Amino acid sequence: MNTTFTLPGNLNLTEEDRLQLDGGQGPGAQLAMRIITRMAAIQGATELLDIEAAHIDSSLYMGQATLDFAERLVSLGAKVRVPSTLNVSGVDEAGWRAWPVPSEWAEQSLRQMRAYQAMGCIPTWTCAPYQTEHRPHFGQQIAWGESNAIAFANSVIGARSERYPDLMDICAAITGRVPAVGLHLTEGRAGQVLIRLSGIPNEIQASDLFYPVLGHILGKVSGEKNPVVVGLEVEPNEDQLKSLGAAAASSGSVGLFHLVGITPEASTLEQALQGHEPLISIEIGMPEMRVALAELSTAEGSELDMVVLGSPHFSLAEFQQLGRLLEGKQRHPQVEFLVTSSRAMCLLAEQAGHLAALESFGGSVTVDTCILTTPMLPDRVKFLMTNSAKYAYYAPGLLGTQVVFGSLEDCVNSAVEGRVVRERSLWDA
Amino acid sequence: MGCVIQAQILVPGAAKGTLLVSQEPLSLWGGYDAASGEIIDRRHPLSGENGRGHVLALPFSRGSSTTTAVLLEAIRCGTAPAAILTTGGDTFFALAAIVAEEIYEKSLPILAVHEDDFNALFTGDEAELHKDGTVVIRAAG
Repeated sequence: MNTTFTLPGNLNLTEEDRLQLDGGQGPGAQLAMRIITRMAAIQGATELLDIEAAHIDSSLYMGQATLDFAERLVSLGAKVRVPSTLNVSGVDEAGWRAWPVPSEWAEQSLRQMRAYQAMGCIPTWTCAPYQTEHRPHFGQQIAWGESNAIAFANSVIGARSERYPDLMDICAAITGRVPAVGLHLTEGRAGQVLIRLSGIPNEIQASDLFYPVLGHILGKVSGEKNPVVVGLEVEPNEDQLKSLGAAAASSGSVGLFHLVGITPEASTLEQALQGHEPLISIEIGMPEMRVALAELSTAEGSELDMVVLGSPHFSLAEFQQLGRLLEGKQRHPQVEFLVTSSRAMCLLAEQAGHLAALESFGGSVTVDTCILTTPMLPDRVKFLMTNSAKYAYYAPGLLGTQVVFGSLEDCVNSAVEGRVVRERSLWDA
Repeated sequence: MGCVIQAQILVPGAAKGTLLVSQEPLSLWGGYDAASGEIIDRRHPLSGENGRGHVLALPFSRGSSTTTAVLLEAIRCGTAPAAILTTGGDTFFALAAIVAEEIYEKSLPILAVHEDDFNALFTGDEAELHKDGTVVIRAAG
């Protein structure tokens, strides 16, 4: 089918682009450029632009197809042209044997990990690359995969990435080029859906649950559009913004959100909207927040088999916060307690002394991957509890478990009690 | 008699099948089981339906970047829909179809239809997609 491909009419390519497309830089770059230009045509791009870095979500093992694609690129001699970090993989390379991961799955995943490293990618194995030394900077053109990372890079940092699907991010990294569309362009970054917060008390805005719940709403009301939020009274920390983006990119397809007075392209509402009128305007108060909070749980009882934290991957600050909550406590013997993070972050947390409390609590850590991307859960686990809206959103479909969403403190207390306990006085009407 | 829609071709091809329609976007990661073709997002209106061999009509894909990987695996396994209709230039579905052409020489037509046409699609109707981008819809029964 390769030979039948014809160039789209209104896409202007540089000499260098044509060289790649014609195979002058090898068959790997040629395949990647063919995919980039076909996508550019679909997106209506008139030209490609340079990227300075990439984050590769294609590292996820999703069955034979993703391995076939990776190994095809390697066999064609493909190498990345820009610094390219790797998202989570299908397996915790050193730790998978501690869990009931089928060895065939592990072997295939390990092969795929090797394939991406063979192309020159950096083995960061994390879905929070913005919390590593490879964090991009404001205004930088990048091609990132992983929905939560895209939302964070665009919104919190002000770097510029379209929402790159798996398989395309690596093609962008190999060619160093992407279609000049969407969130790469200033006009594509204007806020479109205006969300006014009203009557949400500051104690709620400062609480653990507020950002993932708000993110869940943003995703639902915005779809693919860029939401703008006004009315935030309490300055959020970085991990709260991370949880907001992950939630909004799960319940919807948000690649960029603006928080007026907080995020870098939204000093004022007018700046966030780039002078335009919003397409839709919505008011969100406590009734909507309560509905969204309830939607993130599928289980209503108090049964609990496992607490899982760390989607996106736990940060150093989150390990510190958790360590304080765990001090002097022990988990209930029937409840597994797991944190998912990156190797680098775990090392930092260990050196800072934040892992000791987790160990004596009876908790464990999985790196490189997460419970959604590696088949690690024991069969007996039917009821999960988490403070991650992303875990809460995907676990029922991907793992077939019931899920309870609660704050970090609720998660710890429930793990100790052996049943779901939630402190809801702040949220109840 | 059927009604004829002119669609925009994202990935060309001919196909026919029974329509499976939702106004709600779907992430195929956590939403589509590549081993069986079942729609598994328990919060989605099509939860429990099987997409295999159907013409799946979704406005766009939601959320995760991994939708493409799941669709590519479904195409490889033969559990993918026969075709996908969307309302815009959804790049995630299209990319999976393009990569499937490149590495498996298998095609999955992806067409974008106008929002008004999309709103007139109903689950159970028969859809026939042609290579020129025309879609013939025949009402069920």
